[in-house]
Amino acid sequence: MAFYETVFIARQELSPAQTEELAKQFTSVVNDNGGKVERTEHWGLRQLAYKINKNKKGNYVLFHISGNGATIAELERIMRLNEDVLRFMTVALEELPSGPTIMMQDNDDNDSAPSGRTRSGRAPRKETSFENDSNTEEGEE
Amino acid sequence: MSEAPARRPFARRRKTCPFSGEGALAIDYKDIKTLNRFVSERGKIMPSRITGVSTKKQRELALAIKRARMIALMPFVGDENYNK
Repeated sequence: MAFYETVFIARQELSPAQTEELAKQFTSVVNDNGGKVERTEHWGLRQLAYKINKNKKGNYVLFHISGNGATIAELERIMRLNEDVLRFMTVALEELPSGPTIMMQDNDDNDSAPSGRTRSGRAPRKETSFENDSNTEEGEE
Repeated sequence: MSEAPARRPFARRRKTCPFSGEGALAIDYKDIKTLNRFVSERGKIMPSRITGVSTKKQRELALAIKRARMIALMPFVGDENYNK
Protein backbone atom coordinates (compact mmCIF):
# COMPACT_ATOMS: atom_id res chain seq x y z
CA MET A 1 0.00 0.00 0.00
CA ALA A 2 1.75 3.16 -1.15
CA PHE A 3 0.95 6.64 0.07
CA TYR A 4 0.18 9.53 -2.24
CA GLU A 5 -0.67 13.17 -1.87
CA THR A 6 -2.76 14.70 -4.62
CA VAL A 7 -3.48 18.41 -4.96
CA PHE A 8 -5.92 19.63 -7.58
CA ILE A 9 -7.19 23.06 -8.51
CA ALA A 10 -10.83 23.50 -9.49
CA ARG A 11 -12.18 26.36 -11.55
CA GLN A 12 -12.91 29.59 -9.65
CA GLU A 13 -16.56 29.63 -10.74
CA LEU A 14 -17.24 26.56 -8.62
CA SER A 15 -18.91 27.32 -5.31
CA PRO A 16 -17.47 25.67 -2.19
CA ALA A 17 -20.39 23.24 -2.22
CA GLN A 18 -19.65 22.21 -5.81
CA THR A 19 -15.98 21.81 -4.98
CA GLU A 20 -16.90 19.54 -2.11
CA GLU A 21 -19.14 17.60 -4.46
CA LEU A 22 -16.21 17.22 -6.87
CA ALA A 23 -13.98 16.02 -4.03
CA LYS A 24 -16.60 13.41 -3.03
CA GLN A 25 -16.76 12.26 -6.61
CA PHE A 26 -13.00 11.71 -6.69
CA THR A 27 -13.09 10.03 -3.30
CA SER A 28 -15.60 7.52 -4.61
CA VAL A 29 -13.37 6.90 -7.62
CA VAL A 30 -10.48 6.12 -5.29
CA ASN A 31 -12.60 3.83 -3.15
CA ASP A 32 -13.87 1.98 -6.20
CA ASN A 33 -10.30 1.28 -7.28
CA GLY A 34 -9.07 -0.27 -4.08
CA GLY A 35 -7.68 2.88 -2.53
CA LYS A 36 -8.64 4.91 0.50
CA VAL A 37 -8.64 8.66 1.00
CA GLU A 38 -7.16 9.24 4.44
CA ARG A 39 -7.59 12.98 4.53
CA THR A 40 -9.30 15.66 2.44
CA GLU A 41 -8.41 19.28 2.86
CA HIS A 42 -10.10 22.24 1.22
CA TRP A 43 -7.78 25.21 1.10
CA GLY A 44 -10.61 27.27 -0.41
CA LEU A 45 -10.42 29.94 -3.09
CA ARG A 46 -6.83 31.07 -3.47
CA GLN A 47 -5.08 33.54 -5.70
CA LEU A 48 -3.10 31.68 -8.38
CA ALA A 49 0.50 32.77 -8.87
CA TYR A 50 -0.14 32.93 -12.62
CA LYS A 51 -3.17 32.63 -14.86
CA ILE A 52 -4.19 29.06 -15.73
CA ASN A 53 -6.36 29.21 -18.83
CA LYS A 54 -7.84 32.59 -17.97
CA ASN A 55 -8.46 31.81 -14.30
CA LYS A 56 -6.85 34.08 -11.72
CA LYS A 57 -8.18 32.21 -8.69
CA GLY A 58 -8.73 28.53 -8.02
CA ASN A 59 -10.25 26.21 -5.44
CA TYR A 60 -7.49 24.07 -4.00
CA VAL A 61 -8.20 20.58 -2.63
CA LEU A 62 -5.68 18.14 -1.18
CA PHE A 63 -6.07 14.36 -0.78
CA HIS A 64 -3.92 11.99 1.19
CA ILE A 65 -4.47 8.62 -0.46
CA SER A 66 -3.26 5.16 0.42
CA GLY A 67 -3.53 2.84 -2.55
CA ASN A 68 -1.56 1.42 -5.44
CA GLY A 69 -0.51 2.77 -8.80
CA ALA A 70 -3.68 1.63 -10.55
CA THR A 71 -5.81 3.65 -8.14
CA ILE A 72 -3.87 6.80 -8.88
CA ALA A 73 -3.81 6.13 -12.62
CA GLU A 74 -7.60 5.85 -12.67
CA LEU A 75 -8.04 8.93 -10.47
CA GLU A 76 -5.80 10.98 -12.72
CA ARG A 77 -7.59 9.74 -15.84
CA ILE A 78 -10.90 10.94 -14.38
CA MET A 79 -9.35 14.25 -13.39
CA ARG A 80 -8.03 14.75 -16.92
CA LEU A 81 -11.48 14.24 -18.36
CA ASN A 82 -13.12 16.66 -15.95
CA GLU A 83 -13.18 20.23 -17.27
CA ASP A 84 -13.58 21.78 -13.84
CA VAL A 85 -10.15 20.55 -12.79
CA LEU A 86 -7.56 23.07 -13.98
CA ARG A 87 -4.52 21.20 -12.78
CA PHE A 88 -3.60 18.32 -10.52
CA MET A 89 -0.38 16.92 -9.11
CA THR A 90 0.23 13.64 -7.32
CA VAL A 91 3.29 13.09 -5.14
CA ALA A 92 4.40 9.79 -3.65
CA LEU A 93 5.11 9.86 0.07
CA GLU A 94 6.94 7.43 2.31
CA GLU A 95 4.34 7.76 5.02
CA LEU A 96 1.29 9.90 5.54
CA PRO A 97 1.76 12.86 7.88
CA SER A 98 -0.62 12.61 10.81
CA GLY A 99 -1.56 16.23 11.48
CA PRO A 100 -3.07 18.78 9.12
CA THR A 101 -0.71 20.11 6.47
CA ILE A 102 1.03 23.43 6.77
CA MET A 103 -1.62 25.07 4.62
CA MET A 104 -4.28 24.40 7.21
CA GLN A 105 -2.22 25.27 10.24
CA ASP A 106 -1.39 28.96 9.79
CA ASN A 107 -3.67 29.66 6.93
CA ASP A 108 -3.46 33.42 7.14
CA ASP A 109 0.30 33.53 6.60
CA ASN A 110 0.14 31.49 3.47
CA ASP A 111 -2.43 33.51 1.60
CA SER A 112 -0.08 35.93 0.00
CA ALA A 113 3.63 35.68 -0.48
CA PRO A 114 5.27 37.75 2.25
CA SER A 115 5.88 41.21 0.94
CA GLY A 116 8.15 42.12 3.79
CA ARG A 117 11.20 41.05 1.86
CA THR A 118 13.91 43.60 1.55
CA ARG A 119 14.56 44.76 -2.00
CA SER A 120 17.93 43.70 -3.33
CA GLY A 121 20.10 45.60 -5.77
CA ARG A 122 21.60 43.88 -8.79
CA ALA A 123 24.84 43.16 -6.95
CA PRO A 124 24.74 39.74 -5.25
CA ARG A 125 23.49 40.32 -1.76
CA LYS A 126 26.22 40.05 0.79
CA GLU A 127 24.08 40.59 3.84
CA THR A 128 20.38 40.03 3.72
CA SER A 129 18.03 40.38 6.62
CA PHE A 130 14.59 38.86 6.45
CA GLU A 131 11.83 39.57 8.89
CA ASN A 132 10.06 36.28 8.93
CA ASP A 133 6.61 37.20 9.97
CA SER A 134 6.09 40.92 9.65
CA ASN A 135 4.38 42.03 6.40
CA THR A 136 5.61 45.61 6.39
CA GLU A 137 4.17 47.38 3.36
CA GLU A 138 7.06 49.16 1.67
CA GLY A 139 5.38 51.72 -0.51
CA GLU A 140 8.17 51.95 -3.09
CA GLU A 141 5.93 51.34 -6.13
CA MET B 1 29.90 28.42 17.21
CA SER B 2 28.89 30.57 20.12
CA GLU B 3 25.17 29.82 20.04
CA ALA B 4 23.36 27.96 17.28
CA PRO B 5 21.21 30.62 15.56
CA ALA B 6 17.68 29.28 15.77
CA ARG B 7 16.53 30.19 12.26
CA ARG B 8 18.85 32.86 11.01
CA PRO B 9 19.02 31.74 7.37
CA PHE B 10 21.70 34.11 6.11
CA ALA B 11 24.61 34.30 8.51
CA ARG B 12 27.40 36.43 7.18
CA ARG B 13 30.68 34.79 7.97
CA ARG B 14 29.87 31.07 8.23
CA LYS B 15 26.67 30.24 6.49
CA THR B 16 24.50 27.78 8.43
CA CYS B 17 22.18 25.57 6.48
CA PRO B 18 18.66 26.24 7.85
CA PHE B 19 17.51 22.75 6.92
CA SER B 20 20.23 20.44 8.27
CA GLY B 21 21.81 21.02 11.64
CA GLU B 22 19.30 20.48 14.44
CA GLY B 23 16.70 19.65 11.76
CA ALA B 24 15.00 23.00 12.15
CA LEU B 25 12.83 22.91 9.05
CA ALA B 26 11.32 20.25 6.85
CA ILE B 27 11.27 21.06 3.14
CA ASP B 28 7.70 20.94 1.92
CA TYR B 29 6.37 22.24 -1.37
CA LYS B 30 3.25 23.53 0.36
CA ASP B 31 5.18 25.66 2.83
CA ILE B 32 5.51 28.65 0.51
CA LYS B 33 6.34 31.03 3.33
CA THR B 34 9.69 29.28 3.80
CA LEU B 35 10.27 28.63 0.11
CA ASN B 36 9.82 32.29 -0.70
CA ARG B 37 12.89 33.10 1.33
CA PHE B 38 15.01 31.14 -1.16
CA VAL B 39 13.62 32.75 -4.29
CA SER B 40 14.83 36.07 -5.69
CA GLU B 41 12.56 38.99 -6.57
CA ARG B 42 12.36 37.71 -10.14
CA GLY B 43 11.10 34.39 -8.77
CA LYS B 44 14.31 32.55 -9.54
CA ILE B 45 15.80 29.98 -7.16
CA MET B 46 18.72 31.52 -5.30
CA PRO B 47 22.07 29.69 -5.53
CA SER B 48 23.19 27.84 -2.42
CA ARG B 49 26.46 29.82 -2.33
CA ILE B 50 24.36 32.84 -1.35
CA THR B 51 21.77 31.18 0.87
CA GLY B 52 24.22 28.75 2.46
CA VAL B 53 21.99 25.72 1.99
CA SER B 54 23.80 22.37 1.90
CA THR B 55 23.94 20.64 -1.50
CA LYS B 56 21.63 17.79 -0.57
CA LYS B 57 19.04 20.16 0.89
CA GLN B 58 19.42 22.54 -2.08
CA ARG B 59 18.34 19.71 -4.39
CA GLU B 60 15.30 19.00 -2.24
CA LEU B 61 14.57 22.72 -2.04
CA ALA B 62 14.73 23.12 -5.82
CA LEU B 63 12.38 20.17 -6.27
CA ALA B 64 9.91 21.62 -3.76
CA ILE B 65 9.98 25.03 -5.44
CA LYS B 66 9.38 23.49 -8.84
CA ARG B 67 6.44 21.52 -7.46
CA ALA B 68 5.00 24.65 -5.86
CA ARG B 69 5.31 26.41 -9.19
CA MET B 70 3.44 23.63 -10.95
CA ILE B 71 0.38 24.04 -8.80
CA ALA B 72 0.54 27.83 -8.98
CA LEU B 73 1.45 28.35 -5.34
CA MET B 74 4.57 30.13 -6.51
CA PRO B 75 5.12 32.08 -9.73
CA PHE B 76 7.63 31.09 -12.41
CA VAL B 77 8.58 34.71 -13.00
CA GLY B 78 8.44 37.71 -10.69
CA ASP B 79 6.22 37.87 -7.65
CA GLU B 80 2.51 38.11 -7.18
CA ASN B 81 1.97 41.66 -8.39
CA TYR B 82 4.10 41.02 -11.46
CA ASN B 83 1.50 38.97 -13.24
CA LYS B 84 -1.51 41.16 -12.57
